[in-house]
Amino acid sequence: MIVEVRGAVKRFGERVAVDGIDLDVPAGICFGLLGPNGAGKTTTLRMLYGVSRPTAGTIRVFGIDIARDPRAVRARLGVTLQENVLIEALSPLENLRVFGRYHLLREPLLSRRVDALVDFLELRSHATMPVQRLSGGFKRRLAIAMSLMNEPELLVLDEPTTGLDPAVRLALWTRVRDLRARGTTVLLTTHYMDEAQRLCDRVAIMANGTIIAQGPPAELIRTTLAPEAVEIDCDPEEESALLDGTPPPRHRLRTGRRVMLYVDDATALVDRLHQRDPGNRRALVVRPTNLEDVFLRLAGTSLEGA
Amino acid sequence: MSLSVPHAVAVWRRNASMYRRIWMLNILPNFFEPVLYLLSIGIGVGAYVSQMGGMSYAAFLAPGLVCVAAMNGASFEVTYNIFVRLNFEKQYDAMLTTPIQPDDVLVGEILWAITRSSIYGTCFFIVVALFGLAPMPEALLVLPVIPLTGLLFAAIGIAFSLRIQTIDLYSFYFTLFLTPLFLFSDVFFPLKERLAGGWLWVAEALPLLHPVRLARSAFAARADLTALWDVAYIALLSTALLLWARGAVRGRLMS
Repeated sequence: MIVEVRGAVKRFGERVAVDGIDLDVPAGICFGLLGPNGAGKTTTLRMLYGVSRPTAGTIRVFGIDIARDPRAVRARLGVTLQENVLIEALSPLENLRVFGRYHLLREPLLSRRVDALVDFLELRSHATMPVQRLSGGFKRRLAIAMSLMNEPELLVLDEPTTGLDPAVRLALWTRVRDLRARGTTVLLTTHYMDEAQRLCDRVAIMANGTIIAQGPPAELIRTTLAPEAVEIDCDPEEESALLDGTPPPRHRLRTGRRVMLYVDDATALVDRLHQRDPGNRRALVVRPTNLEDVFLRLAGTSLEGA
Repeated sequence: MSLSVPHAVAVWRRNASMYRRIWMLNILPNFFEPVLYLLSIGIGVGAYVSQMGGMSYAAFLAPGLVCVAAMNGASFEVTYNIFVRLNFEKQYDAMLTTPIQPDDVLVGEILWAITRSSIYGTCFFIVVALFGLAPMPEALLVLPVIPLTGLLFAAIGIAFSLRIQTIDLYSFYFTLFLTPLFLFSDVFFPLKERLAGGWLWVAEALPLLHPVRLARSAFAARADLTALWDVAYIALLSTALLLWARGAVRGRLMS
């Protein structure tokens, strides 16, 4: 195991940020830690690289107890923080060199790594310009490049794509896949379920400091809900008349006027709904079930379960 | 608990790479301040003062202003700059994702503040020497006093920076702490000729007094027991503040 967390608890005074979690991240996979803001994701990451000490429990990274030897662990991992930490007055090249020195890299290795990362994250076009003049997407790529300066065995990404435009997100996803293909273990947090579903081999869903579900995305969807989702607008009173005579769905969720039905095969249900609403005024949508649904089902407080 | 010198040097080098880029904006204003005082008070006002402490007024001012230059150099670094790096830019949070530990951060920053104070103090000393106000070679003895001044004011400033929650409080630090020190620490007039006996002891608490007295002794090629007390004061106060700062840095960066 690259990461092994056992019974980790973190309290800040009265507030419990992380409430006894177990986590296993095997080598070579992309692992996603999901959950809403305030679920305890960032605190969990901070405990992993040793800047937050757990109130209880143990954390081992690369088999090393992080409380014992944080320097040895951090020499082998890279972290991209939620907010970019860059030296605005310096160029991307200079930022990378400064960061490389934090890892005690020396010439000629330092320049070689900088050069390789400038290519890998496509920073060449503005490599010598002061960082303050670069776009948000460029800065994010630079921040990720910096966390790769020590060629980490484990890359930790805290909300890597929050606030970025779709093209930049796609490009970053490709880079994460490249890294995984080279054997780097990736641990990322996100509250974008689509991101997790596309990138992650395994995910853990956090809410209120605990892990409420864990597993490969497809398996979580299969065991928590059903593969197909049918959405339709209807009031609670209309619902039973509308669904009368159709086989009952495996699960249903309602949020306001919108009802989501989770079924193994949507064909029969969709035919029936079309018959009863020929003009599609109820905005019928059929789609594959995703992690968002799983999350709403497991953590959604404003939603009622089926 | 754990200091790694190479990592502290990496922190120092971060500041050095940045300084190389912005030194024109950064060094010149602070550096010119004592030069302006030397010209205005030393040479301007000094023309109406026949002598002070047994020498020309400009010559009297020179050693104290060397220390003021060193004090300014360290102070700007450990106040606004550190506050921004700590609270706004989160530079230390990024450092702590690498093998760097809080002790390395503290030592690297103090070394950098001493470096900057040495650049200021030494440049100003060269100006003073060019004006013919530094008796050579004995005035060269002031050179070790410059980094000592830097250490003292780096320690005081970093302790203040770790205590405050808002950057606005630095106006108090500069206006109500550093400026009075500058005006009343033996730089502009001989303190012991103007203060009554009891107050003379109180004045011993003023941090800037000790480097200034050391600098004055260096210029006069004089060594006595007071110099020993001055060095001891600087060493003890700096050590005490840095020991406190060590815990405070750890508390701020790790939670």
